[in-house]
Amino acid sequence: MPEHYAPVKMEPLSGRRKVFNRSLHVLLYLCAAFTCILLVGIIGYIFYRGLPNITWKLLSTKPSYLSDSIGILPNLMSTLYLVVFTLLIVLPLGVGAAIYLTEYAKNRRLVAVIEFATETLTGIPSILFGLVGMLFFCQFCSLGTSLRAGAFTLVMMILPTIVRTTQESLKAVPQSYREGALGLGSGKWHMIRTVVLPCSTDGIVTGCILAVGRIVGESAALLFTAGLAHSLSGFFQALSTPGATLTVALYVYVTERGETDVGFAIAAILMILTLLINLAAGLIGRWLGKASHGRSA
Amino acid sequence: MSMNILSIPTHFKGSFGRQKHVRKALERVMHGIFFFFGIVAVGFVLLISAYLIFSGLPAIREIGLRNFLFGTVWKSTAAQPEFGILPFLLTSVYGTAGAMLVGVPVGFMTAMFLSKVAPRPLAAIVRPAVDLLAGIPSVVYGLIGMIVLVPTIRSVFDLSDGACLLAAILVLAIMILPSIVSVSETALNAVPKEYEDASLALGATEIETYFRVSAPAAKSGIAAAIVLGIGRAIGEAMAILMVAGNVANMPTLFSSVTFLTTAIAKEMSYSSGLQRQALFSIALVLFLFIMLINIGLNLLLKRGKEG
Repeated sequence: MPEHYAPVKMEPLSGRRKVFNRSLHVLLYLCAAFTCILLVGIIGYIFYRGLPNITWKLLSTKPSYLSDSIGILPNLMSTLYLVVFTLLIVLPLGVGAAIYLTEYAKNRRLVAVIEFATETLTGIPSILFGLVGMLFFCQFCSLGTSLRAGAFTLVMMILPTIVRTTQESLKAVPQSYREGALGLGSGKWHMIRTVVLPCSTDGIVTGCILAVGRIVGESAALLFTAGLAHSLSGFFQALSTPGATLTVALYVYVTERGETDVGFAIAAILMILTLLINLAAGLIGRWLGKASHGRSA
Repeated sequence: MSMNILSIPTHFKGSFGRQKHVRKALERVMHGIFFFFGIVAVGFVLLISAYLIFSGLPAIREIGLRNFLFGTVWKSTAAQPEFGILPFLLTSVYGTAGAMLVGVPVGFMTAMFLSKVAPRPLAAIVRPAVDLLAGIPSVVYGLIGMIVLVPTIRSVFDLSDGACLLAAILVLAIMILPSIVSVSETALNAVPKEYEDASLALGATEIETYFRVSAPAAKSGIAAAIVLGIGRAIGEAMAILMVAGNVANMPTLFSSVTFLTTAIAKEMSYSSGLQRQALFSIALVLFLFIMLINIGLNLLLKRGKEG
């Protein structure tokens, strides 16, 4: 009975709805624009103030009271040592934990406890890590204020990042691969080593890059554990001596010595590193993802 | 020759049997090792909790919980030291609330823009930009706040010193923006397309659909974003150490203030005795705050997954 249906007639929007639409639409664009302008402003300002102050002398010397000059080579090296040493420890730990969670663990309650613990670690502020690191590694384990103690503190902090990214890529490995390997007579560890891990390198590498980003940017946790020194030494000697990373050096130079120009130079270096790390995380994730897909296909 | 031929199978059999034995042992060892790696995270959490509780309690016992939590005066180095952390507590609460007030609307709108409105190429530029904001080290935010924001606030509001709660709120708001944007965008993207289609088919405009249908449907995810932001803001130390002035005042918008985190960071290097223990107690209070927030966040995320 088609005559019962009235033809649909679109009513024009009422004034109130028009205002609602228009204003929210404008607000959406405004907020997004604000976020972008903020970012461009911050990056632009840091480069504007910082890049002119990055000189070869700044990068290649250590600070000297004799010639009253400042060089950040020790801080660059401390950052590098810290990144290397922290990753050396946290990588096996984090990847191992992820493997346990996805491949071995059968007790669901235990998995829930471990996952709750990792989430809790993610939420703890870095200054609390710094305090506990100072109490436990520096004092209780008598490592003193040193890069080693700083690295161990960062291990606690970064573990969740590695666990999460590795776990995600382990979960993405098709179950049939595992069954295939086991069906051919492989043991579980052999299966993990030769089938599962190679398929999840992209996640592990992405995790590493994210971890590097956090180590480079961290300051509060290192203030009391890795110290404020600007000394230059080899890898193994540096581990047992205190050393300020770039971020800590920035803080010290700006707040305690009023060296704003050096601060901005370090900030510019940190920004470049952050940019590179973000780019690398995106690219390597995509590239390795494709590569492993290509291999599996 | 025949000896050789005969000996091959036995040799093979023997080695195979041993290999199986070795392999089983290896499997068991690897299982053990991975189990150890798995529970390391639990160990870390226990270690942190234990250290904070055991080093934080003595000072609270000595000062008295009431005096400690509700005392309004913090004079840790005076001849008659007083350890009241109410100024820090309130500053942390006000500072976080202020940062949320500024950061959440902007972050939510940006997320809505990225998720629903933005043309693809534009979103492809804005999204990495937001990620980049998240990656900037906090001391860099502090530096910019100190050099740009603080003098601006001083001249705009005609103050003697621009390092104040307002500066800290603005810096915090910028710092929590990326996490709010990315978590709420994920939540908004997860809203079933059918909800929006149904709303559009009933004659609602796109904007009405996004704000009256998509946003309520994603509310637990957005709530999680807010709680995550609160956690970030309350735990931030270095950036606000550089812009908040660090005097133990009761918080007002234009007074120089100390947060829970900055109280620890500022005095730890030269503290001793009861002062040092009181700093550990502040850390314990901060830890309890964070644990409450974490539990809230977990509940929200779980509800988001079920609902």
